Amino acid sequence: MVQLNALAGALFVLTVFGIVGMRQVIGSLRLFVIQSLLLAGSACILGYEYTSVHLFVVAGITIFTKAFMIPWLLYHMLSHEIHARREITQVLNIPTSLLIAAGLVIGSYFMVRPLLDIGAGAFLKVNLPIGVAGLLIGGYAITVRREALPQLLGILTMENGAFLAGVCIAPNLPLMAELAAAFDVLIIALVVGLLTRSIQKRVGSTLVGKMTSLKEE
Amino acid sequence: MELLIILLIPLIATPICMIPLKKRGISSWVTIIGTLAVFIMSSVVAFHPVLPARVSFTTLGGWLSCDSLSALILVLVSFVGFTASLFSLGYMRKTNGEQSPKGAQQYYALYNLFLFSMLAVPLLAHIAVVWIAVELTTLFSVFLVGFENTPGALEAAWKYVVLTCMGAAVALVGVLILYWGLRVAGAENFTWQGLLEVAPKIRPVFLKTAFLFILIGFGTKAGLVPLHTWLPDAHSQAPSPVCALLSGIETTTALYVIIRLFPFLQEIPGNSASSWFITFGLLSAGVAAFLLIQVKDYKRLFAFSTIEHMGIILVAAGLGSGAAHLGAVSQILAHAVTKSFCFFAAGSALLVTGTRDISSVRGLIRISPAAGISLMLGGLAIAGAPPFAVFLSEFSILKAGLSAGHYLVIGGLTLFIAIAFCGIMSHINQMVFGAASGPPVRFVLPLSCKATLALAVIPIVALGISFPQPIHTLLQFAAFSIGR
Repeated sequence: MVQLNALAGALFVLTVFGIVGMRQVIGSLRLFVIQSLLLAGSACILGYEYTSVHLFVVAGITIFTKAFMIPWLLYHMLSHEIHARREITQVLNIPTSLLIAAGLVIGSYFMVRPLLDIGAGAFLKVNLPIGVAGLLIGGYAITVRREALPQLLGILTMENGAFLAGVCIAPNLPLMAELAAAFDVLIIALVVGLLTRSIQKRVGSTLVGKMTSLKEE
Repeated sequence: MELLIILLIPLIATPICMIPLKKRGISSWVTIIGTLAVFIMSSVVAFHPVLPARVSFTTLGGWLSCDSLSALILVLVSFVGFTASLFSLGYMRKTNGEQSPKGAQQYYALYNLFLFSMLAVPLLAHIAVVWIAVELTTLFSVFLVGFENTPGALEAAWKYVVLTCMGAAVALVGVLILYWGLRVAGAENFTWQGLLEVAPKIRPVFLKTAFLFILIGFGTKAGLVPLHTWLPDAHSQAPSPVCALLSGIETTTALYVIIRLFPFLQEIPGNSASSWFITFGLLSAGVAAFLLIQVKDYKRLFAFSTIEHMGIILVAAGLGSGAAHLGAVSQILAHAVTKSFCFFAAGSALLVTGTRDISSVRGLIRISPAAGISLMLGGLAIAGAPPFAVFLSEFSILKAGLSAGHYLVIGGLTLFIAIAFCGIMSHINQMVFGAASGPPVRFVLPLSCKATLALAVIPIVALGISFPQPIHTLLQFAAFSIGR
């Protein structure tokens, strides 16, 4: 079980790298779906191990919202953007970005070291650092990518990272909170999607990185 | 029971605002009446004779709770919510035009949802749910920020949602680590109350890590430097009544969550929370004071002043003595009432002149005496001139810091306040009294805007003279709950 969870964790890191490295929007979105499924998988493994029905419910909510609802919403709101066959514009080129992302993974191990030192289990040693890595790399993806949808995927990756750490360190959060958090993630996708659509209508492109009319002189 | 009703009123008002009615203005009146009811209910809760300092009211199976610090935030949210809805009545009619009733309905529905999320932050007992409420304050206000649908407004809305959602994800990890620490320490319920009970048993490493994540995460939302870059954009591009809510109170609700954690951190050896608070606070106040000087847009001017005030509150909370904490909560109160007034004045100036550019507004007092006088009053009050509320609270913070021997910190803070004062006043002075190029064209403000200005100026002046007894008691208890 520990090894299975480690496998899920490793694949999760790969998908997070993909969010930084993918050249097209549709690929990033598919990777995000796989990433969410891996998160659900990790929750199931932990649920089996701790014999907690709760975590299975969390896995179910994750699959429903992140693997179905969010892609469905985005397809309906922004199908043109998703299928755009152009490269995502970014500030740094992809090899450099991947290198920095690798650095962030190592950094996140050091960041959580003091927490791991206090006699944590084998699951924790995988989920916590990888979750924090997902958080950092998601944040990095938001800063380097210049387009609206990739930035949204960056935010969702950050949330996924936080939840990957969460299923391990806070397995028995009240269900009410879990449900509300899932609802919250859905609203993020909805709000940002609608905003992207109105930006496209008004400004004519979704290159949000180019919008710099508001700044200090 | 009162707590539940407070939350239900805006939730019920939302669908009513969405009902497509022939008659215009229904949604605005529903909002005004709803917010007035919320304000009355909140005052009943806050000035309840048995509202204790620490031990909280709980209802709904412990999901809602209220102590004096949350009651203070609650009253402020509901007060600004009421005045801003009154201001919206005239403001939205003028700017949104008579032609689009659908836009107005959307505006008021979102307004009520936004108010609901901000009322929920102080009232919710469960820390994980508080995180969700803070996140919802962002999500419900995004379309209010981008309401005018200009490229600038959309850009501001985008920066706002992306940066604060990033912050929220970081804060989520902090909340989860806090929960982990609580569980290791053997606590059952993850509420503020539960945290208070087991705080001494939680290992310091959990508390410290969780605190840092939450400080960075919610600090983004409170506009602390260097994570403030979205704030001047969002707070200048939104419609003015929304700016009053965003600047006056939304930043404070995010800060409230951070400050709530402060007492637990003081118990650990080598209390580092104080130094984090003071460092971030001084940095925010300093950077904002210098950025204030160069602004070209008068709503941005007030937005930077918000960053400065968040910094001052954080420094005061970090100083750690009882007197400084009293200063911090008075500053929260003074900032909320004054900053919302400033944005009402700025909104009136925008209605009168049609521009946000400082250099194109000259001789405002001759164009519209009401807008000119209130902008002058607002500028003086927020910059910290006597006899207004901010002066009193800033003075008490400086005094508390000096008597505790923090000379360097207080020296820096005084310098920044003085720089900000000069920056604000030089801009406002030119706008109000500067020589206009042409003959003044008189402009009459809508009645509801004038009424709001008259209403909102009362607490600024009254609290500048002295704090009435019930408010003083509330503040003292609130200050007590920041301390140990």
